[in-house]
Amino acid sequence: MWLSNSSVGRKVVMSVTGVALILFLTFHMAMNLVSLFSAEGYNMVCEFLGANWYALAATVILAALFVIHIIYAFWLTMQNRQARGNERYAVTDRPKTVEWASQNMLVLGLIVIVGLGLHLFHFWSKMQLPELMHNMGASVDPMTLSYAADGVFHIENTFASVANVVLYLVWLGALWFHLTHGFWSAMQTLGWNNKVWLNRWKCISNIYTSIVVACFALVIIVFFIKSLI
Amino acid sequence: MDKNISFTLKIWRQNGPKEKGHFDTFQMKDIPGDTSFLEMLDILNEQLISEGKEPVVFDHDCREGICGMCSLYINGHPHGPATGATTCQIYMRRFQDGDTITVEPWRSAGFPVIKDLMVDRSAFDKIMQAGGYVSVRTGAPQDANAILIPKPIADEAMDAASCIGCGACVAACKNGSAMLFVSAKVSQLNLLPQGKPEALKRAKAMLSKMDELGFGNCTNTRACEAECPKCVSITNIARLNRDFIRAKLKD
Ligand code: HEM
Ligand code: SF4
Ligand code: FES
Repeated sequence: MWLSNSSVGRKVVMSVTGVALILFLTFHMAMNLVSLFSAEGYNMVCEFLGANWYALAATVILAALFVIHIIYAFWLTMQNRQARGNERYAVTDRPKTVEWASQNMLVLGLIVIVGLGLHLFHFWSKMQLPELMHNMGASVDPMTLSYAADGVFHIENTFASVANVVLYLVWLGALWFHLTHGFWSAMQTLGWNNKVWLNRWKCISNIYTSIVVACFALVIIVFFIKSLI
Repeated sequence: MDKNISFTLKIWRQNGPKEKGHFDTFQMKDIPGDTSFLEMLDILNEQLISEGKEPVVFDHDCREGICGMCSLYINGHPHGPATGATTCQIYMRRFQDGDTITVEPWRSAGFPVIKDLMVDRSAFDKIMQAGGYVSVRTGAPQDANAILIPKPIADEAMDAASCIGCGACVAACKNGSAMLFVSAKVSQLNLLPQGKPEALKRAKAMLSKMDELGFGNCTNTRACEAECPKCVSITNIARLNRDFIRAKLKD
């Protein structure tokens, strides 16, 4: 199968899962923005994306994308280290046109995983998971269940803590670096690039990523400030 | 006239692909600035020979930037500090009096060290043999204008063809990937009408050979392009990806 036994095929898997994750992030970001304007509206979205079949199916696909992306990330990195050989250079220097992020995608990805774990703990384990367990007949604390679709409550709770705000912002920072490289890199991998589009894609990557990350950060900061007053 | 400089050389010594290597340090005195880097190593080797020591082994041939044999990783850069130039085109005036200059071989699993600074780049020949040619009987020479090629395409093919197969792209790549070389050698033919009929087959064959020889997966860091002495562009890599993906989707 060329998607696993050729270098370009493996990169295609990386880029397709990566782009799908970017689309998910865009959707997620748009949903978060709703919370700024209307608490009811946001909770309606949360209700809609509770433990029903379509939301669960989407969650499973999303998890699969993540798992494939991460497995391939480690696999590629391992192969690449092997291809580099055992002996390291004594002196190295990074040319100006080489982005720092491009050489540290795995580290950035690892920060994203840690942030993701934190995020699942703060939100998913209190929202979709209890509903799901309840539906499957497990006993769930009624208090937890009654707040399961109250997304705004969980946002307020999480971002009243300075520590959480800082952790989430670091997470978003890592995501920014990962995506400013990842976005155009995915286009290059899929062969959708030439001398003109190289700079266009890089510009689009920077702008798009900055907008997505800034909107995520905005929600966090607004709720943090609200918690102070 | 350039002024003379004195500096310290740290040079990698290694007896064979499996041997343990180490750095040797040499003091170079009063080297004129218009000495080329390779001439400077010649001076070192003459000194070593006259002292009864073993000279430093390094690859070189044309010494005018066209053969791609010279392969030195100088102070963290393949082909040294200059851009768009090979090791043999570097002059000592680029360095300062009192500098320490570290010289290493290309380090990559695909390029095992033969001795000291000389590495085995026959992997590139194997990739060329896998598809870097046009396999048709050309017959008698045709008129130059029998096949018309638009100027921008001819230029792009020519830029790809300027790759001299030196391997600096592999040496620069943290993933030990040979994509810049392979993509240049695929593009120089795939862009032209003569290479088109076998384009997809060529992309598959040369890329598979590259994978088989243990080169890494390209993650688009662009270090290759920055260090390439011929400034070959990574847009060739996009073209190779495109041709390879098209070929696989057709299968
Ligand atoms: C929301 C989460 C994520 C998104 C949107 C995302 C997106 C992307 C994109 C678009 C690429 C470029 C693909 C290409 O160059 O063809 C990429 C590459 C990469 N990602 Fe992610 N990623 C995410 C999470 C992760 C995680 C959790 C890891 C785990 C370690 C990771 C590791 C990597 C690595 C190592 C690469 C470079 C691989 C390569 O270019 O060959 N990513 N990512
Ligand atoms: S692409 Fe550039 S660096 Fe790579 S082998 Fe060709 S000339 Fe050398
Ligand atoms: S010796 Fe021929 S390119 Fe340097």
